[in-house]
This record gives sequence, structure tokens and C-alpha cells, in this order.
Amino acid sequence: MDASVITQPDAPAFRPRRAHAATRGDRAFRWLTAGAAWLVLFVLVAAAASMAWGGRLAFRTFGWDFITGSDWDAVGQRFGALVPIYGTLVSSAIAMLIAVPISLGIAIFLAEVAPRWIRGPIGLAVELLAAIPSIIYGMWGLFVFAPFMANHIEPWLTERLGPLPILGPLFSGPPIGIGMLTAGIILGIMTIPFISSVMRDVFQAVPPALRESAFALGATPWEVVRKVTIPHTRSAVIGAIFLGFGRALGETMAVTFVLGNAHDFSVSLLMPGNSIAAAIANEFTEADSAIYLSALIALGFLLFVVTFIVLAIAKLMLVRVERKAR
Amino acid sequence: MTIFSRLPIALAALSLAACSDNGGAPVPTGQNGVTGAGSTFVYPILSKWSADYAEGGGDRVNYQSIGSGGGIAQIKAGTVDFGASDKPLPPAELAQAGLGQFPLVIGGVVPVVNIAGIKPGQLRFTGPLLADIYLGKVKSWSDPAIARLNPGVSLPAKPITVVHRSDGSGTTFNWVHYLSQISPAWQARVGEGTSVQWPVGVGGKGNEGVAAYVNQIPNSLGYVEYAYVIQNRMTFGQVQNAAGRFVAPSAASFQAAASHADWAHAQDFHLVMTNAPGEDAYPITATTFVMMYKASKNPQRSAAALKFFRWALSKGQAEATALDYVPLPPDLAKQVDAYLTSTIK
Repeated sequence: MDASVITQPDAPAFRPRRAHAATRGDRAFRWLTAGAAWLVLFVLVAAAASMAWGGRLAFRTFGWDFITGSDWDAVGQRFGALVPIYGTLVSSAIAMLIAVPISLGIAIFLAEVAPRWIRGPIGLAVELLAAIPSIIYGMWGLFVFAPFMANHIEPWLTERLGPLPILGPLFSGPPIGIGMLTAGIILGIMTIPFISSVMRDVFQAVPPALRESAFALGATPWEVVRKVTIPHTRSAVIGAIFLGFGRALGETMAVTFVLGNAHDFSVSLLMPGNSIAAAIANEFTEADSAIYLSALIALGFLLFVVTFIVLAIAKLMLVRVERKAR
Repeated sequence: MTIFSRLPIALAALSLAACSDNGGAPVPTGQNGVTGAGSTFVYPILSKWSADYAEGGGDRVNYQSIGSGGGIAQIKAGTVDFGASDKPLPPAELAQAGLGQFPLVIGGVVPVVNIAGIKPGQLRFTGPLLADIYLGKVKSWSDPAIARLNPGVSLPAKPITVVHRSDGSGTTFNWVHYLSQISPAWQARVGEGTSVQWPVGVGGKGNEGVAAYVNQIPNSLGYVEYAYVIQNRMTFGQVQNAAGRFVAPSAASFQAAASHADWAHAQDFHLVMTNAPGEDAYPITATTFVMMYKASKNPQRSAAALKFFRWALSKGQAEATALDYVPLPPDLAKQVDAYLTSTIK
């Protein structure tokens, strides 16, 4: 607090100057923060624009076929991004199927259920998962997890789920351990720390008065979580999920190792596929024709668009959830 | 602590890394530092040569293994003193850019398998069979086309998992160049290039990626550079050559292919050695080429690079053998020396 104002109430010349200085400081502060925010927007638009510009040759040559075509032939110079787009979305969706329930469980446990002494160590362990470089996940996936999938999980899946009418085609094919499912599971493990630590933080930020009154009314811990904590933090929880989804869409190195990098379209989750980020990482160094290079940059632009669409859908969902809550 | 609070630490680590970059080994930017870029295949031998050459009082050679395509792009842009590629450039393209080209070392591309009970060198392949497997026409190890070539070898009735490179590469170029030459069906459907549209299979990144996939996936078939076969003790197969004999990959069979190839009539050494004639020649023998400007903008550095390559082609050959590369046959080395004197000054 400003002690001088209180002790010297009769010093009028002093106060306007201070007020003036404060507004000048305020203005500078506003410009600085606005500048920072606009800079982000500028960088974003500039990145999208430069990728669209770099990919213009591919877009002009192939038109809509670039999005709907599944050819990826550097010799015949025909490029279509359908397989990588499909692979990116499917592997990320599998990741979310795995990461969201587990993250929710971790966050609820850490915020509501766990005894205080255990929260620190488990919270730290989850955050350490986020500190592991993605190439380590990739190598672990290739050398440890893929053989495990090939020898134990995939034969079981093919045997039990393969004959089923609708699910069947998703789980057929030789168990090679490398493919969409393996990539999705690894991505799921990688996104857990991002989703769960945000969820835990927002759960812990629920006003204690709310929870305590629910308990006072005789609610069980399960009822408190379901009826107080989650409704109160709904939008932040959805935000956390899409933060993880966005990360899964763009993940490159770990996916490249275990996805199989094959440009053929296959319904089975056990077969190799490709993702946008993996295709760019694999092929950029040796893209030896102008149209090939342009197709890869255009692929980067499409990743941008896909991520943007996903985040826009998240925003819409958020608005609807908020409206329903009122 | 949230994940975001780690950001400053990450930034600090990044800036530390940037500092150590500047404070580390001196970047050869001086008059006599030689820079090159290209093929990943020759990176181990070039860095060994560079170290030994510098130790013996020569200039430092800084080589970036960015891939053959990148090497060609960089030398054309004039950002490096030499480029290295596993795929030779045609003389017309060289002339247009004012470049000269010569072979540096030899290697081979080898089919490798992972089948229980099969020993290295036991399986026999022909070019058309390899093409049919990579086209997805031959799907199982129990296919009669494989059994006919391998009487007495018990092969499982399991599907073949085909492994190929996911990145563009000179290894792929030599492999598909061979398949294109020997199989009209391959030529028509896939063709040749540093990366192609594979009809079947999974893609591994780099030779090490393909080697890892083949080692991981039972009943798989892939192709890698010879050095990876030796270093990872992989199960290689024999391939039938143009003379009709089945030949195992080895330094001797690569050299046989190189010495039977008609280098004398190949302008700017533009020759891909696949399917070379000769009784003992291995059919998928590959060469790494170096590209340099005939009239360099920086003659001093160009001369230093030439001096280095002369040294490598004479004194450095023993080290090439130690690292599982195959030196050029003496006749070819002499031709290269004459080419360096006459064409690249």
C-alpha cells in the first residue's frame, strides 16, 4: 500500500503526478501484453501462410485429389494425403480412448482419494513421464513394446475379436507388432501426463466449501466427484483432453518408430499405416523433385488445418456444455 | 507444479545447448576447411578418414550426412565443396550444373530374412522372385516359387512380412533399380527412384530401422546395406547374378562386380552396377559417388578437397575395409585419379 498518501493527505500536487505516471505505466504494460498476444497470432498466421505458399504447387497440381487421393508415388509424381490424414486421426483417437479414462482416474485419485503423503511421489512420477523425450518412447516401443504386442496381445485380439462381424476387420492380419494400434497406445501413454496434471490442478482448485458441504449432506466420495468436482470443472477437463489430443496429432518421432510408415490404406488397426508428421520426418531429406517437396509442405499445412478443425470442434463442444450447464 | 512451470527450465537447457555448440569443436570455416554433404551410407568412413587425415596434418573435412538427395541439392546450390550420393547424376545434368562426378567406395544391398532355423547364406533368391515378393504376388514362404530355388530347406507356411525403407535413400534406389532391370512387372508398376510407392510392406527409417524391423518381425524379408548385415549378424540370402550363379554378398563379390562393370566407357562414371556381368559378381552392388564443381568458385578449398580424396583413394583404403566398405578395384582407382587430374582442377 502507498503509505505516503495516508500519512500526507494534504499534498495535492503529489497525487496527479503519480496518477499520471501510473497511467503511462499502464499504457506501456497494455501495449507490451497486447504485443505478446498479437505476436503469437502473427507467428501462427505466418507459419500457416508460408506452408500454404510452399505447398501451392501440390495444391494447384492435384486440387482436391490431394486430400481425397491415397496415391503416394514419388516416381510417378502422384501425391494424395488421405492415408496420412487417416492415420493421424485414428492413432490419436486410439490414444485418447486410452489416455482419457486413465488420466481421469489419476487426477481423481490424486485430488480426492489419495492420502496426502502419497500425492507428491505419484504426481512427480506422472510428470516425469512428460519429461521423457519422445525418441525414447519410440525406441522402447520398437524394441520392447512391439514384440510384446506381436507375441501376446495381437494374436489374442485376432483370435477373440477377429471373427466378430463389425469389430472383426479392425483386428485382422498377421501379428507384426507394428501398426496403428501400437502407435495409438504409445501416444496414449505419452499424453497421459499432459492431460492428468491439468485435470488434477483444476480438481484441486475446486473451492473446499463446495466439496465440504456435499460431504456434510452425506454424499459419498464418488458422489462428490460425479456431482460436484466434475460438473464444476467441466470446461477445464475438456480443455485438458484437447490439449492432449492436439499433442497426439503432431507427435512425430515415437510414431515414426512404431507406425510402420506404409502409404497403404488398411482398415485393420494391426496393419502399418502412416501419419502426417511421420511422413514429413521420413521423407523430407530425400524429396528430390519440386512437386515432392511441395507435397510434403502441403502435408504440413494439412496437419495445421486438421489440428485447427479439432480445436474448433473442442471450442464448440465447450460452448454447448456451458450453455447446458446454465 | 504443473507441466508449464517446467518451461523456463527447458528454455535454460536449450540456451545452454546453444552455448556449448559455439564453444565446442571449431567449425571449419577457415580458408582450407572442406565441407561436404550427402549420402548417409558413407558417413562412417568419411568421418574416420577426416579424423585420420587431420591427424596426419591435412585439412579438416566436415561432412554432414543429410541424405543423397540433400547432398545433390546442396552441391547444386553451392553451399558445400562436395556432395555425395548413392545415385549417380546423368552426364547431361552434371554438365548443366558444371559438376564432375567420381565413385568413392563400393557397397552392396543385401536381402535379409528372419526365419527360425534359417542360417545366413542358406536361402537363395532370384531377381524376379524378389520382385514378386515385393509386388505382393508371392505372399507365403511356402510358395512353390521359393521352394523350387531352395530344395531341402524347410520353410514355414507363414505370410512374408515385407520390410522396406520409409525414407528416400540411395539404398532403395539401388534395390529398385535392380528389380526394375530384372522384372518388367516391377518396372511397369513401381519403377525406380530414391523412394517409390511400395505395393506391400512396412517401412523402417534408415538402414538401422529396416534392420530393427527385420529382427523384430518373424518371417520378414528386408534389404539393407552390407555393412549392417555384418555389424548386426543378420541372416542374408544369396542372389542369382547375370551369369546364372547364386552369389553371397561379400567384399570379393562386390569387387568382382565393380571390376566387370564397364567403367571406361561410362561418361562421368555414370554407371549403376546392378546386375553386373561376371561369374562371381554380386548382382546388387552399389557405389557412392562424389560430385564437385569442375571450376570451383573457391579453388583453394576445392583443391584441398581433391587432395583429401586422393589421399582417401590411396592411403585410406585399408580403413575402408576395416569398416566393412569395399575399396575401388585398382583399375578403377587409377581411372578416378586420371579423371581428377583431367576434369576437376
